[in-house]
Amino acid sequence: MQLEPNKYVKELTQEKYKYGFTTDVHTEIIEKGLNEDVVRLISEKKGEPEWLLDFRLKAYRYWQTLEMPTWAHLTIPEIDYQAISYYADPTKKKDGPKSLDEVDPELLKTFNKLGIPLEEQLALSGMAVDAVMDSVSVKTTFKETLMEKGIIFCSISEAVREHPDLVKKYLGSVVGYRDNFFAALNSAVFSDGSFVYIPKGVRCPMELSTYFRINAANTGQFERTLIVADDDSYVSYLEGCTAPMRDENQLHAAIVEIVVMDRAEVKYSTVQNWYPGDAEGKGGVYNFVTKRGNCKGRDSKLSWTQVETGSAITWKYPSCILSGDNSTAEFYSVAVTNNFQQADTGTKMIHLGKNTRSTIVSKGISAGRSQNSYRGLVRVSEKADNARNYSQCDSLLLGSHCGAHTFPYMDIHNETAVVEHEATTSKISEDQLFYCNQRGIPTEDAVGLIVNGYAKEVLNKLPMEFAVEAQKLLSVSLEGSVG
Amino acid sequence: MNMKAEQQYIDLFTQCEALICRHSAEGLNAPRAKAFADFERLGFPTRKQEKYKYTEIGTFFAPDFGLNLNRLEFPVNPYEVFKCDVPNMSTSLYFVINDSFDKHDHPSAQLPEGVLFGSLRELAMQYPDLIKKYYGKLADTSKDGLTAFNTMFAQDGVLMYVPKNVVMEKPIQLVNILRADVNTLSNRRLLIILEEGAQAKLLVCDHAMDNVNFLSTQVTEIFVGENAYFDLYELEETHNSTVRFSQLFVEQQAGSNVLLNGMTLHNGTTRNTTEVQLVGRGAEINLCGMAIADKNEQVDNHTTIDHRVPDCTSNELFKYVLDDQAVGAFAGKVLVREGAQHTSSQQTNRNICATREARMYTQPQLEIYADDVKCSHGATVGQLDENALFYMQQRGIPLKEARLLLMFAFVNEVIDYIRMDALKDRLHRLVEKRFRGELNKCQGCAICK
Repeated sequence: MQLEPNKYVKELTQEKYKYGFTTDVHTEIIEKGLNEDVVRLISEKKGEPEWLLDFRLKAYRYWQTLEMPTWAHLTIPEIDYQAISYYADPTKKKDGPKSLDEVDPELLKTFNKLGIPLEEQLALSGMAVDAVMDSVSVKTTFKETLMEKGIIFCSISEAVREHPDLVKKYLGSVVGYRDNFFAALNSAVFSDGSFVYIPKGVRCPMELSTYFRINAANTGQFERTLIVADDDSYVSYLEGCTAPMRDENQLHAAIVEIVVMDRAEVKYSTVQNWYPGDAEGKGGVYNFVTKRGNCKGRDSKLSWTQVETGSAITWKYPSCILSGDNSTAEFYSVAVTNNFQQADTGTKMIHLGKNTRSTIVSKGISAGRSQNSYRGLVRVSEKADNARNYSQCDSLLLGSHCGAHTFPYMDIHNETAVVEHEATTSKISEDQLFYCNQRGIPTEDAVGLIVNGYAKEVLNKLPMEFAVEAQKLLSVSLEGSVG
Repeated sequence: MNMKAEQQYIDLFTQCEALICRHSAEGLNAPRAKAFADFERLGFPTRKQEKYKYTEIGTFFAPDFGLNLNRLEFPVNPYEVFKCDVPNMSTSLYFVINDSFDKHDHPSAQLPEGVLFGSLRELAMQYPDLIKKYYGKLADTSKDGLTAFNTMFAQDGVLMYVPKNVVMEKPIQLVNILRADVNTLSNRRLLIILEEGAQAKLLVCDHAMDNVNFLSTQVTEIFVGENAYFDLYELEETHNSTVRFSQLFVEQQAGSNVLLNGMTLHNGTTRNTTEVQLVGRGAEINLCGMAIADKNEQVDNHTTIDHRVPDCTSNELFKYVLDDQAVGAFAGKVLVREGAQHTSSQQTNRNICATREARMYTQPQLEIYADDVKCSHGATVGQLDENALFYMQQRGIPLKEARLLLMFAFVNEVIDYIRMDALKDRLHRLVEKRFRGELNKCQGCAICK
């Protein structure tokens, strides 16, 4: 059977990244480069207490001793860490008040363009949003409603000011500053991010969401998210991100830490759509992220769901430490790469407590000249009796120049563990396409259908509003790569 | 880099290079200087290297070992100490003692016209062109410190050459005997060449005779010509103070079919590296292995299958049973290069950990750069099925016996890959004995009979 690829391929490659605009707001950017003074300056600008500055400096000094790791299956052009500005604040006006109600209207427009109107529409969809642009949290909605229930949802700088005890107790408790190269860098220069605290026994009534956007040129975004779910609580948290189209690469090195206490449950969903670079592989965001949750309490549950369609290079392993007995962790991922994108993503499941269970479902889709890798670790420690893991990673190849790779690691130190791993790699079968064609479905629609069906298992795990967006993203990212 | 372990060998080589060369052959001496330079640069692999993540190599070389550089003959008659002829299977039987080919007469050996099988050193002198063409061509010393080490010190070994279209009905059995009164390091070398359309089977057994520490490195290079068939069975039955580092390189031409089956029954520390390159269309590789380990035995298999051209097939199956404090590691990489369409590749690794202290590390990897392929891999770590155990107990089979039966059935799948019935039967028995603990250590195989 002969496919007719060319017309469609052209269409896709011309498909524009629709979030690629920049916003003309006055932004305060500090000098490029990184040294101890910059770290002090960031801390000073944010009016941080002494202990946080110490934390940053320790991280910075440790970072200086490290070299950029090379183990990932990625080709990363050398990054000049001195050519990046580590702090950009779009809310900073030369004069004028800084109250949240007087946010620059340009900024609000930006978020409107992104489909994130901070006020009205979200009121309808019942979602609380913290919007982070460049380095600073711009606005958090629904704060009062949440406050009534005792839920804290604010930017991390605000949390440092208003809830220093909580931040001090949990910051760095899951991802220490010595964790890895990018974690050390982030710990030194992190600018903003979200902080969530769900008190005992509270079920968060709405989805919490953060929207990240890199706007200014030559800046890196280093946000830090900290979520603490106390006993018997529940929260579902969403994260979305976009960046303007620029020829040069932008660096994004974030940390997400999650602490889940007794019987609490956290659902963390990401739709990552940073600018992936153009069809020639020029530009795009380098997305080097450390995400980790600790299921600290008994019967706790943590679930990661990610849809990765953007970024020129993705290096991301949302992980779970299952330290509480009977805790459960899930990881659902769809990673799509097209053109010259590279992704090395997966998860780590560290079983420490008894009767812990983890599930990994990873679906990779590669097209164009992209490379897509799954890398995962399942470790069952000596004391983790009756641990159970099931991993499945499937790869779908569209085109003969792309690559799909799987690198699972299993370290089993306990005889009662049951660990299973399965992986398959294939392309869309001609039989499936033929069947659809026969029923009058054009090839490109058929591919869309099949890909969506293939990713369904993961998409189903997303909250509804996100699932729709993710589904659209998926078809946009892959359009025309049939052939 | 901690050069402590390396330094004594660098010194030794510098002092004894002339001696090593004198007791070897021209073809084997040729790559020595480069290997030495590579070893100086690389040293022994460390756990920081992904490939050697689970076995620290250097520490095993740190103690003082004796090397038989002068090629002194050991006063041993293999026929007297070794009675392990596989019953009902007539093989051409040969021996390697430590790392020297045993030159005694071999009454059972009858080889077809043109087939060469014998001391690598002697045949290298007789057929220098053959050695020049093949020796060291697959085992790249510049990439791996262990390969470089072996190439530096290897003085003798075995050459097997099967000419075009020669079919060997009778399998060859090669027995590696480790025999020494002091701790000994031996560097074995195998070069196997099958020309177009040739067919052969080789069974290699490792045995340790004495209760001293043995450390052996082994580099095997196998060239399989178009439409040739080759089976290699490696059986390790040594003891707890034996360390084996084996590196096996295979290159397969179009339409060739190779079966590699490595079985570790008794050992101390074993690390087997296997690298298969499929360079001709329609080549097929069946790579399997099995390990039964207890006490503090350690088995680490690292395999790479490189699909370079379209239409090749690879099947991989590895099974481990780990008891006591045994440690097992398996890493299997399947690489499908760009353009290697219609590749079919399957990889399976299944493991049973029988105790709390036993550890298993598994790492099945796929690296795929072509789209029209069918690749899958699967790995499991678990225990015996409780329902099956319960069922058997209900039927009056004692728990211990039921466990044995299930473990036996578990590894049988690997044995069933064997394409020699007599060997298959014998291995069924050996494995059963192994599980029953009757074969604590290979006693020169006198009891096997």
